[in-house]
Amino acid sequence: MAAQKDTLLSGSVKDAGMGGLVAFGLFSLMIGMKTEVDIGGLAIEYRWGAVATAVAVVFFGRLLLNLFVWKSERPVTGVVSGLMPKASAFSSVAHLVTPVLFVLAVTLPFLLMYWLGARGSRQYLDLAILVTTYVMLGWGLNIVVGLAGLLDLGYVAFYAVGAYSYALLAQYFGFSFWICLPLAGILSAFWGIILGFPVLRLRGDYLAIVTLAFGEIIRVVLLNWYEFTGGPDGISGIPRPSFFGLEFTRGEGGFAAFFGLDYSSIHRIIFLYYLILILALVTNFVTMRLRKLPVGRAWEALREDEIACRSLGINTTNTKLTAFALGAMFGGFAGSFFATRQGFISPESFTFIESAVILAIVVLGGLGSQIGVVIAAVVMIGGFEFFREFEEYRMLVFGLLMVLIMVWKPRGLISTRTPSITLSKGKAKGISADLVQEGHG
Amino acid sequence: MEYFFQQLINGVTLGSIYGLIAIGYTMVYGIIGMINFAHGDIFMVGAFIALILIVALGITAATPLLLLILALVLVLVLAMALTAIWGWTVERVAYRPLRGSFRLAPLITAIGASIALQNFVQISQGARNKPLQPLISGGFSLSDSASGGAGFAVQISYMQILIIVVTVVLMAGFTLLINKTSLGRAQRACEQDRKMASLLGINVDRTISLTFVMGASLAAVAGLMFLLYYGVIDFYIGFLAGVKAFTAAVLGGIGSLPGAMLGGLLIGLIETFWSGYFSLEYKDVAAFSILAIVLIFMPEGLLGRPEVEKV
Repeated sequence: MAAQKDTLLSGSVKDAGMGGLVAFGLFSLMIGMKTEVDIGGLAIEYRWGAVATAVAVVFFGRLLLNLFVWKSERPVTGVVSGLMPKASAFSSVAHLVTPVLFVLAVTLPFLLMYWLGARGSRQYLDLAILVTTYVMLGWGLNIVVGLAGLLDLGYVAFYAVGAYSYALLAQYFGFSFWICLPLAGILSAFWGIILGFPVLRLRGDYLAIVTLAFGEIIRVVLLNWYEFTGGPDGISGIPRPSFFGLEFTRGEGGFAAFFGLDYSSIHRIIFLYYLILILALVTNFVTMRLRKLPVGRAWEALREDEIACRSLGINTTNTKLTAFALGAMFGGFAGSFFATRQGFISPESFTFIESAVILAIVVLGGLGSQIGVVIAAVVMIGGFEFFREFEEYRMLVFGLLMVLIMVWKPRGLISTRTPSITLSKGKAKGISADLVQEGHG
Repeated sequence: MEYFFQQLINGVTLGSIYGLIAIGYTMVYGIIGMINFAHGDIFMVGAFIALILIVALGITAATPLLLLILALVLVLVLAMALTAIWGWTVERVAYRPLRGSFRLAPLITAIGASIALQNFVQISQGARNKPLQPLISGGFSLSDSASGGAGFAVQISYMQILIIVVTVVLMAGFTLLINKTSLGRAQRACEQDRKMASLLGINVDRTISLTFVMGASLAAVAGLMFLLYYGVIDFYIGFLAGVKAFTAAVLGGIGSLPGAMLGGLLIGLIETFWSGYFSLEYKDVAAFSILAIVLIFMPEGLLGRPEVEKV
């Protein structure tokens, strides 16, 4: 027993030592020596302390993991997960989570106003609008990535098409938001079909790269077509939406005067919040209904095994195209909301990173899980807003989380999905993560 | 005509750099059938490592020629070794645990790794551009007399010659490595049938790791060349260079080593001629469009084999 303990300890130390050595190789230059632009060229600032910390973190992290998880006979994670309630216990609570979140989302402005007043709740409402926008984008992308299994790395292109559609239509023709909203969605879906049609016969990873290329092409065109889109200057002075023709202005004919309220700028913010909430819920509702239709089932079948689908006579190109166009349409809606909320858009807002953030939300939440997207968006977008001082680490953590969660749980954190069909007439039970087989599609 | 030759030389130089990066994509794709999305960022890390080494060793244009050459060789070797560790780590952390998972999983971790690498460098080295004083200047002037000295003279700098020579030497070396050594044989075996190769006693995991190590060290060479040629780098250069090199790999036929080099040259030439004769702003659009067109109409590329999808 003692000898075994010895080999466990020495083996772990050896392994951790190797890890530390690799970490030293990685970080000695990249962290230890920072190049600074100096008067006579470049100079180096040495930071050996930081390297020592990084190497120590890797060494002790690996040592502890080795001792207690990887090489141990009774891994700590096993003990911890034994203490945690089983996944099936979660699913009995899970059906409560959705209504609770829904009620919370609907009453949020009133709760905030009650507790914090108009002045204090402004910043939280802005944050809520941001989070809800990402929830909507996540749900839109979820149709493409989560349901149909098409990895779209250029989703932000449709967001951009929606935003620019509204901005340009308003600028050149003076259309109002409510006319432009459906138009922007239709235009985005149209672009989705145009771009999707040639590329959807490609295999998964090629498709991802081509959508990335298309996303970049649209951005570069927006950036360089100065006469039409304003290039890097963007478009400013985009009109605000009205509440059935009532503008959110002070004085006669405004929203506040019509309802006999005191004018407050918070009215418009609350209105915007409900607007994006309704748009997002519509996205969710349409997705949930579509999943029960043949086309929705075809999407999920396609995600699991494309060759089997083709053998069963499903037209894979058309099925993919519907998913692509629908996802694009919701992206377009979200885009025109973004334009009207900001009042200013420029190509800067539509970079690849934005696509990656939306994709990260979908992936981390669990591919195909609607509630997972909400939780991931709240945690990732909302969470980072509260740690503003760590702003520069935000994308680093995003990237690392994408890797770690994918390695740990390839189906996403909340991978419980309600099946579209059940055998018994009874209530549909969630398929927990450990029952979902890994497909090899 | 001089303008054309000048663009040709510039294009071949650029194409050599793309070709070196493209080899990393093509080897990894050949052996495990995934797009190593983080490879462009490995190239960027390689360029930064080379920059740090050059500054740390105090190499300037004033260094005597012999010493300069020795120092650059030292930088090259060290940068290759250190970047190889990065390539190895990315494979070990992000790709190996997912072998046998569904197809999109390693692509998603690759994107995550790419974002993480970019932002790591942005934080650790700063977001500003890093300019480097030119180390190797001067060059030949061709056809100066032919145009009577008044016209446009074709310039070929020592730097361009160096890039092209290094690329050719490395290409020859790697072709030999793949074709003649036992490691190369193991790689070709894994490419054909991974399961069978492991049954025959080939350590598949080790072979794949070595493939990443080789790809990363070639990317480091490309990084050093890029740094010396353009004289300025930042943390974002990996994204565009990566996409273009991937285009090169696809154009040449992914999985094919000579194809990657050919594709790299073609992409370099197309980009230079496009910006030379049409418009500078849309040169990236040209590369992206070629990528889309090639993938749609000619997914097997110029020198590749058509891929058969198996159940």
